[in-house]
Amino acid sequence: MALALQQLINGLTLGAVYGLIAIGYTMVYGIIGMINFAHGDIYMVSAFIAVTAFTLLAAAGITSVPLALAVVLFVSVLFTSVYGWAVERTAYRPLRGSTRLAPLISAIGMSIFLQNMVQLTQGARVKPIPPVLVGGFDIFEADGFTVHLSYSQVLIIVVTVLLMSGFTWMISRTSFGRQQRACEQDMTMTGLLGIHVDRIISLTFMLGATLAAVAGVLVTVYYGVVDFYIGFVAGIKAFTAAVLGGIGSMPGAMLGGVLIGLIEAFWAAYLSPEYKDVATFSILILVLMFRPSGLLGRPEVEKV
Amino acid sequence: MMLELSGVHAHYGAISALRSIDLSVQVGEVVTLIGANGAGKSTLMMSLFGKPRASAGRIVFDGEDITGLPAHEVARRGIALVPEGRRIFPRMTVMENLQMGAVLADPLNFEADLKRMFALFPILDERRQQRAGTLSGGEQQMLAIARALMARPKLLLLDEPSLGLAPLMIRRIFQVIRELNRDHGMTVLLVEQNAHHALRVAHRGYVLQHGRIVLSGSGRELLASAEVRAAYLEGGQPAGRRAE
Repeated sequence: MALALQQLINGLTLGAVYGLIAIGYTMVYGIIGMINFAHGDIYMVSAFIAVTAFTLLAAAGITSVPLALAVVLFVSVLFTSVYGWAVERTAYRPLRGSTRLAPLISAIGMSIFLQNMVQLTQGARVKPIPPVLVGGFDIFEADGFTVHLSYSQVLIIVVTVLLMSGFTWMISRTSFGRQQRACEQDMTMTGLLGIHVDRIISLTFMLGATLAAVAGVLVTVYYGVVDFYIGFVAGIKAFTAAVLGGIGSMPGAMLGGVLIGLIEAFWAAYLSPEYKDVATFSILILVLMFRPSGLLGRPEVEKV
Repeated sequence: MMLELSGVHAHYGAISALRSIDLSVQVGEVVTLIGANGAGKSTLMMSLFGKPRASAGRIVFDGEDITGLPAHEVARRGIALVPEGRRIFPRMTVMENLQMGAVLADPLNFEADLKRMFALFPILDERRQQRAGTLSGGEQQMLAIARALMARPKLLLLDEPSLGLAPLMIRRIFQVIRELNRDHGMTVLLVEQNAHHALRVAHRGYVLQHGRIVLSGSGRELLASAEVRAAYLEGGQPAGRRAE
C-alpha cells in the first residue's frame, strides 16, 4: 500500500514531464503532420542550458532557491525556444511541399546533430549540479516504509498543472490559439484569410520548445544530472505518450504522459525495473496496432 | 479598375491550366466567370493568391501589382475568397469561424459586423456556438460567405457558391450576392457552373474553356448568345439543374 502510494507520486512526477514534452510532438504533428524527432534533443539542450545557468548562478553567489529557479527557467525557455525556431527554419521549412518523408529524415538528422553538438561542446560524461531543492514531506508510514514527497516533485506537479492550464486556455480562447487551430484544420484557407501561416508554424515550434525547456529544467532539478543522451529516451517516451493519447490531441498528450509515467513507475516497482522501457515501447506497438488514433485522437481521414 | 489580369498563364507541373487570360473587374461590378468542370475557373481564382503562381502576365489589384505575392499578403490588400467546397473550419464553432474571418479587420468593427452578418443570415445567429462541421451544406455556404465578409474586403470572390445546394438555398445565395452589390456596393467576381443564375446576377461575364477565355460580354448578351445557350444552358447543363 505504502509502496503503491510512493509509486503513484513518482509516476505522476515522471508523467508530468513526459506530458510536457509530448505536447511539443503533438502540436507540431497537428499543424504540419510530421513527427519532430529532434524534439527530445531540444529538451536535452534545455537541460544543459539549465545546468550551465545553475552553475553560473551558484558561482555568482545567488543562494535564494526561488530566485535561482525563476532565472534558470527564464533563461532556459528563452534559449530553447530560439533553438526550436531555428530547427524549424533550417531543417523543415525548406522542405515544405516536398514528400512527407523528407522532413522526417531531416528531423532525425537534426536530432543526431544536436546530440553530437552537445557531446562535443559539453563532453560525453554525465554532468551533475549541486542539489538545488532538497527535502520534502514524509506523508505516510507503514510497515517500515515511508512515503516521501519531495519538494522537487511538488514543484514539477504544480508547475506542470499551471502550465497546462494556461496552455489550454491559450489554445482554446485566444486569437493566436484560434489561428493555430485553424492552421491545423486547413492551412491553405488560413492563409487566404490573411494569416501568415509560416509565422504560426514558427510560433508552434517555439511553444513546443518552451514546454520542453520547462521539462528540462524540472528534470535537472529532480535528478541533478544530465548527459547528451537523455533527449533520446525521454523523447521516445514522450512520443509514445503522444501516440497513446492520440497524436494531434493536446489533452491526449497530457493524459498519455501521465499514463506512461504511471505504467513505468508501477512496472519498475512490481515487475522489473530493468524492463520498464520495454513496457513503454510495448505500449507504443500495441497502440499502433490496435488503436492508432490513440485514446483521445480523431481517426485519420484521408482528404481527397 | 479594381482587378485586372493581363496575359496571365499558369501551370500545374507541366500541364498548362490558364493561357493568356485577360480579365478585368470594375469597382461596383458583379462579374461572372462561367465554364465547364476543369475549364480552369478555380485555378484562375486561386492564381490571384499565388496558388498556382502566374508563370507569365500581370495581376493588378487596386492599382498595385500583386503578381507573385503570398496568399496572406493578397488577402491583406482586400481580396476575400469564398472557396470551392466552402472550407469552413469544421472543428470550430460558427462564432470562431467568423472571428477567423475578422482577423484582418479592425477589432472595433467586430460587433457591428457580426450584427450585419446575423441580419444577413439569421440561421448563423441561432447556431453561433455550434461546431461548423455539423451545419448543413447551405448553412456552411452562408458561413463561408459571412466569414469572407467579416474581413470587409474590397473585392469578394465566390467560387461555385451554388454547388450541391437545394434550389431554394441557391436562390437565397444569389439574392444575397445581388443585395451585397446593390445595397453595399460590393464588387464581386463570381465563378459558376450554374450559368443561368450567374449571368442573370452579373453585369458582365467571361466564358472559360480549356484555360482560355473564349467569350465575354454583358450578362444579358451572354445569356442570349447561341454558343453559351448550347454549351452551358441547355445541352451542356448537367442533369438535375435543368428543372430550376
